[in-house]
Amino acid sequence: MKIMRRTALMSLPFGLAACGSGGSSTVSSRPAASLSPAATPEPKELVILAASSLTDAFTEMADDFPRRPEGAGLKLTLSFGASSQLRVQLEQGAPADIFESADDAQMQLAVRAGLMQVTPTVFARNRLVVVLPRENRAGLATLSDLAKPGVKLVTTARDVPVGNYTHQTLAKMAADPQYGIGFDQKVLANVVSEEANVRQIVTKVQLGEADAGFVYASEISPRVAPDVRTIEIPERLQAAAEHVMGVTRTARAPVTARRLIDYVLGPVGQATLKRHGFITLA
Amino acid sequence: MRALGPAAVLAASLVVLLLAVPLVALVWRTLESGALAQGAGSAVVLQALQLSLATSFGSLALALLLGTPLAFGLARFSFPGRGVIEALVEVPVVLPPAVAGIALLMAFGRRGLMGAPLAELGISVAFTPWAVVLAQCFVAVPFYVRAARTGFAGVDRDLEGAARVDGATPLGVFRHVTAPLAFPSLLAGAVLCWARALGEFGATIMFAGSFRGRTQTMPLAIYAALESDLGAALALSTALVIISVLTLALVRYVARGWEAQAIIGREDARG
Repeated sequence: MKIMRRTALMSLPFGLAACGSGGSSTVSSRPAASLSPAATPEPKELVILAASSLTDAFTEMADDFPRRPEGAGLKLTLSFGASSQLRVQLEQGAPADIFESADDAQMQLAVRAGLMQVTPTVFARNRLVVVLPRENRAGLATLSDLAKPGVKLVTTARDVPVGNYTHQTLAKMAADPQYGIGFDQKVLANVVSEEANVRQIVTKVQLGEADAGFVYASEISPRVAPDVRTIEIPERLQAAAEHVMGVTRTARAPVTARRLIDYVLGPVGQATLKRHGFITLA
Repeated sequence: MRALGPAAVLAASLVVLLLAVPLVALVWRTLESGALAQGAGSAVVLQALQLSLATSFGSLALALLLGTPLAFGLARFSFPGRGVIEALVEVPVVLPPAVAGIALLMAFGRRGLMGAPLAELGISVAFTPWAVVLAQCFVAVPFYVRAARTGFAGVDRDLEGAARVDGATPLGVFRHVTAPLAFPSLLAGAVLCWARALGEFGATIMFAGSFRGRTQTMPLAIYAALESDLGAALALSTALVIISVLTLALVRYVARGWEAQAIIGREDARG
């Protein structure tokens, strides 16, 4: 239920071209191949574990990357879930070339467990908003209203990045004179469910089951927007939400994986992320 | 009996291994890590255990109370729409739990077919233990009704007739003749129903949400703990294995006792 798999199949025209051109010319056309420590060809498939907040952006990039010279002929398999869940899957030996986490905490756990190669890279940032159902039956107008008794708030467990950021923002609010000490506890007392990941929060709010939830601004996609309203969170109360990615220790195609990360960090990848509501690096 | 051929022995062994290895691995890892003792003192584990027992037995009680008349009616009476009802009772058995979850949301969610009018009255089941019971009942009650219907259908109508001739009321006939004769089926159905309710995951997480002590039953707690506390997940899983094995053993014991009693009874009647 929670994990979606999408596969971007290589486009047919390129497949034919690769057959015609033969092995030697493809190698010479790739500058990145010189970085390869060994001449052994890597598998033409990349398995990517990515936070569910990246579902739309990465699905689009997985579609686009194989059409570019640096990703030509690749098959990308994506598996989405809460970063914490994906990290556990990785620990339990899930085969993956790239792990993408929506917070540094889960990535650091993976790094400390020896699951990652080199240092993972920040490739986008995010901010939180409060999402409400369109009809807003609970009558929420400001952030202070979230502490009103009876408001049905959904979040995730604290290990899930969005839950982690929610707690950070609430702590900042409690330290802010406008909201006051104990504000975080009052809001947390309204939590009625800890969903599996950020997407599930959005769904519960979209359906009108929940009155409110803290989610990434990037979640308010054109698909979701007609069903919801949002309350903005001022900059001083924001947690520093960062999306981090890196090549796993067990990657079967580490060089290709690095090329995909470069693509995500490059102009095309960053433009895609920006279009999906992420805050890009530049 | 002729000996099995080597291929058949291999095939059979593979199945046995497939069934045994995961359970052995689970219990072994739990014991080795000391997670069970640790879990016994963990609030998450205890809250989930308590909630699971309360909701699954609540669902079972509803199944017995409401399902028994339905099963009896289906076994004994012919009425218009019976085929439809029989099909309805079959559907949740084969329905994927995730589908059950969405269906329940569409029905009893705040914007649902039934949920919207209920919400107007200020009644909202979502995110409450009632939602858990509703989800469990939806997926589990059919197991009881099916078994009970088969049980009732197998009872010799002449015995009931004889009891009625002797002056028993219809309810008395049911209590003292029909229900005891159908007991093995009723018990089997009740156990399956309860076990299915206890293990319910998909419909619950979609419809009831997951919150400690309120809607986070053992399967949901296992799922949540897998990301944060493998020990708690192991302890809960092993606890469920122990509960399942004990239940099976209890049912076998009771059913065997009942059978023995029935044989003695029959011999008494003959003697």
